[in-house]
Amino acid sequence: MRFGHFAAALALGVATAASAQADTTFRWAFQGDVQYVDPHSLNETFTLGTLGNIYEALSWYDRDLNLIPSLAESWENVEPTKWIFHLRQGVTFHNGNPFTADDVIFSWQRTLTEGSDMKGYGRKATAINKIDDHTIEVITPTPNPILPRDWVFMYIMDKEWSEANNTAEATNVKGGNEGNYASLHTNGTGPFKMVDRQIGVRMLLERNQDYWQDIPSNVDQVIFTPIAQDATRVAALISGDVDLVYPVPVQDWGRLEAAAGVKPLAGPEARTIFLGMDQDRDELLYSDIKGANPFQDQRVRLAFAHAIDIEAIRRKIMRTASYPTGLLIGPAINGYNAEVDSRWPLDVDRAQALMAEAGYADGFEVTMDCPNDRYVNDEAICQAVAAMLARIGVTVNLLAQTKSKYFGKVLAQADFDTSFYLLGWTPSSLDAHNPLYNLMSCRSDDTGAGLFNLGGYCNARVDELAALVEKETDPAQRQAYIDEAFQIHWDEVGHIPLHQQPLSWGVRDGIELAQRADNVLDLRNVMIVE
Amino acid sequence: MLAFIIQRLLQSILVMLTVGLIAFGLFRYVGDPISNLVGQETSLAERDALRERLGLNDPFFVQFARFAANAAQGEFGYSYRHRRPVEDVIAERLPATMELSLVAALLALAVGVPMGIYTGLHRYGVISRAFLTVSLVGISIPTFLIGILLILLFGVELRWLPTFGRGEVVHLGWWSTGFLTTSGLQALIMPSITLALFQMTLIMRLVRSEMLEVLRTDYIKFARARGLTNRTVHFGHALKNTLVPVITITGLQLGSIIAFAIITESVFQWPGMGLMFIQAINDVDIPVMAAYLCLIGFVFVVINLVVDMLYYLVDPRLRVDRAVAAGHPG
Amino acid sequence: MHSPAAPPPSASRLNHVAAAVRRARDSDLMYAFLRSPITVAAFLATVTFVLAAAFAPWVTPHNPFDLASLNLLDAFLPPVWEPYGDPRFLLGTDDQGRDILSTIIYGARISLFVGFASVLFAMVVGVTLGLISGYVGGWIDAVIMRIADVQLSFPAILIALLIDGVARGVLPRDVHDDLALYVLVFAIGVSGWVQYARTVRGSTMVERNKEYVQAARIIGIPPMLIMLRHVLPNVTGPVLVIATIHLAIAIITEATLSFLGVGVPPTQPSLGTLIRIGNDFLFSGEWWITVFPGIALATLVLAVNLLGDWLRDALNPKLR
Repeated sequence: MRFGHFAAALALGVATAASAQADTTFRWAFQGDVQYVDPHSLNETFTLGTLGNIYEALSWYDRDLNLIPSLAESWENVEPTKWIFHLRQGVTFHNGNPFTADDVIFSWQRTLTEGSDMKGYGRKATAINKIDDHTIEVITPTPNPILPRDWVFMYIMDKEWSEANNTAEATNVKGGNEGNYASLHTNGTGPFKMVDRQIGVRMLLERNQDYWQDIPSNVDQVIFTPIAQDATRVAALISGDVDLVYPVPVQDWGRLEAAAGVKPLAGPEARTIFLGMDQDRDELLYSDIKGANPFQDQRVRLAFAHAIDIEAIRRKIMRTASYPTGLLIGPAINGYNAEVDSRWPLDVDRAQALMAEAGYADGFEVTMDCPNDRYVNDEAICQAVAAMLARIGVTVNLLAQTKSKYFGKVLAQADFDTSFYLLGWTPSSLDAHNPLYNLMSCRSDDTGAGLFNLGGYCNARVDELAALVEKETDPAQRQAYIDEAFQIHWDEVGHIPLHQQPLSWGVRDGIELAQRADNVLDLRNVMIVE
Repeated sequence: MLAFIIQRLLQSILVMLTVGLIAFGLFRYVGDPISNLVGQETSLAERDALRERLGLNDPFFVQFARFAANAAQGEFGYSYRHRRPVEDVIAERLPATMELSLVAALLALAVGVPMGIYTGLHRYGVISRAFLTVSLVGISIPTFLIGILLILLFGVELRWLPTFGRGEVVHLGWWSTGFLTTSGLQALIMPSITLALFQMTLIMRLVRSEMLEVLRTDYIKFARARGLTNRTVHFGHALKNTLVPVITITGLQLGSIIAFAIITESVFQWPGMGLMFIQAINDVDIPVMAAYLCLIGFVFVVINLVVDMLYYLVDPRLRVDRAVAAGHPG
Repeated sequence: MHSPAAPPPSASRLNHVAAAVRRARDSDLMYAFLRSPITVAAFLATVTFVLAAAFAPWVTPHNPFDLASLNLLDAFLPPVWEPYGDPRFLLGTDDQGRDILSTIIYGARISLFVGFASVLFAMVVGVTLGLISGYVGGWIDAVIMRIADVQLSFPAILIALLIDGVARGVLPRDVHDDLALYVLVFAIGVSGWVQYARTVRGSTMVERNKEYVQAARIIGIPPMLIMLRHVLPNVTGPVLVIATIHLAIAIITEATLSFLGVGVPPTQPSLGTLIRIGNDFLFSGEWWITVFPGIALATLVLAVNLLGDWLRDALNPKLR
């Protein structure tokens, strides 16, 4: 057929070889690669979300982000600090091993090993006891009414397989146990198996024919390609080389609407983009101010907040597609309250006055860490922030780099090596407690609280409230605690929230899928209808 | 003859040692192997133990000898980013770059040589001048800009050709080839043209100046005086004499093409060694950088050696200053 | 192919002859130059670029590096002749509200600075090593020329990439950003010295054995001094040709490195950086962000290339 169809192939401009194989091959591209296929290596939405097609957890989200049972059929909170999970029977891993309680206990322990980035998940429990092969009892350190939500991304690995392949510890993103088997191979219970992977080039998934449940998807084979350059990625969709790309730069929406056979798919994302400042060290690591930390002065943080022109960012950089916010959570998150969501108005004069009051009338220099391939127009936002801060005398040295380098620098594993940064956060449990615990609580190595509180904001009352929120079961009282915590955090300018970014996907006509607000592509919902 | 070969071989080994030394320096001193291996909590004692175990306390030349021995067997340690042996990563990427480079080289020759002959023979012709002007404009537009324009025109506006990657590949043992599928061949078109353009102009200009040079020689004048036709003189005598340096330099340029593929691969997301190298630079993945350097060095040395040998076989007296003839491989 | 001029019969006459030849050649050059309108145009274009770049702070309507003066709300304005164009921004603005015309001029300033500085660096290193190599000979010559051989087997872009990569590994990132320009100059310069060295070495070896050098040695004048005075004029032509072509290559190399994201930091955009930034907006219709810097870069390189080509032909009478 090769050359007989050459002309037709040219006219279509589509990879015709694909049609020769199977009609149900789904091709998609993202701006970066799955960082690590070890499910406990990196707590990052894209990596975990994509691995969710291979690995599974006790619970999962449906297309509308409702919590649904997965490897656990049901659960009950029998005592304030005790949960019972009834595990699904008859589930097998891709290698044929049966899924049992031992696998859950093993995986939980693995999240607590040194290289794990999922310690915050693991520390939600102090013990897991096996009652029988398909029933476990989980003891939590404090009452936790939302444990099944907290563990949506805590994936279960096969104990026997892991031990046989000497990968009982999580692969450390900083290095140390290179060649860890689980960083190159997978063995989950999910609807797809990884059959081939070339890092940075492509990942090939095949349908797991023994999957334990019926799913809408009719896809047999999935080819994932990372395409770093925005222009190339959009071009690949328009020319028909791939079926789905994301993110689509917001500036290219118009073009996708105009082009035939493709369309943009947009909606508000559950992710909030915000700025963070190191308030923990007594001297900033990257600043010309020595012997003091300007960010420990609330007036400086407030001055920064007043200097940000969020409307300009929304109109110009986000092309009116973002949702400015004053909170670290958006409307999609359980616990969001519009009444406490207010932004600091743009007020350069007041910002300058605050700087002068704090003793920095001439400003200061600070280095800003920024990813350049993680969030929608992340580097452009950082550049704009740098220009806006220049107006109050602050010289921002922008350090924008690829996400692996960025995360390798700012996260806990590198000892929070940053002074000023831009980060995005999607609460994986879709509940306000998640950011309260991860972003706003004082950092604690023991409890795993504040693991992503990169700036080290710390207020004892917020910690108290976070604990109260975790165990409060009365919705009104719980909301009151949440509101109080966010109000304190807002008053003290613990972080400077910017906006909820838009979900920005581009799909080919004839593909049906669910665009989840957490920006996760669940292949279970992908259908190729033509 | 034997003495010549031995001398050349020794020289090649010396070059490889130099390249190896640079790569080793990178490996050993630029990326601290220890801090790339251990976590934050590793104690000083553990670090020292690891240092000892890895032989990092040995004298410099012992370490270098070990590095060189490993490198000679194709072992470069683990990539920081890929968490796999570097040689595996490279083996995976090698075919993509080789196929692209080969096609580009052939394309450059197939178009560059005739254009060069034509412009050499018709020095003042309108078409010649047009060729020369176009070629000058061609080398003045950076490769990446040409690639972007091609993508925009043929990939997006006309939708004739795929915009990224290699298309479908067929695995023949460890080698993956894009030559056997339609999408693989289509995917090859734009990147190979982009990569070939610069070499094409280089070859055209080289052939042209060689032709001009040869046509001026007494040998040609004598041939004309003998009353031979223009055709015989041009193609029988002149062309034959220009081809030796042209083929030599094209051979030498093959190495350049492989290196230049870095840019093309990056524009077209072509999954070859060049893209890998750029990613390695961005990630400061030192083992990958060191290995790539050694590999490219090896390719160059081999090409140089082969060309030298061929030269010697063709005409032992021939000593062309290749550097000058090669122009400026920028 | 660079066959040195036939040695004159005696040293005493050399100066006169050389001067006369030079005078004639110069006037010839001038004549040939004026006869070629394309070359004149190329020359004028180059001079315009250089002057605009040199006096950028005075000739640009805006200062794109003064972050405090930027207004994000001015971002993505089209060129003035398009609908919604703003008279303040002749060629429109980029994604951060920077005036494209100004960024091009400032970008050309950085491109030209890197270009000239690396050419100068390569020239000084190359000429010096060439002189030493040609004059001293022996093992020093062998070592230098072997290094040149090794280096010549690697394309300039690869060497520049490697040096930049090493600098990234050695220097902390913020220091590297500050030094990025000099790292680039070093990288591009180092990758280009060989051409100069070879040319100068050849010329030096011819001169070395001439009587006047021997004579100078006998009467106690440092031979190197003599060499410099006599060799340099002989190699001015070829070195000038190499330098001009090298300039074009250096500018392209810098643009390429910046496009690959390993060149100058985005806060100090060169023409290559501008094209990379604009590349993201090609599909959304904001073509001016890429196209104008692209045209500027191509024009600059073309002009320099034309000059170089013309110079080479003019100085190599055989080809005329």
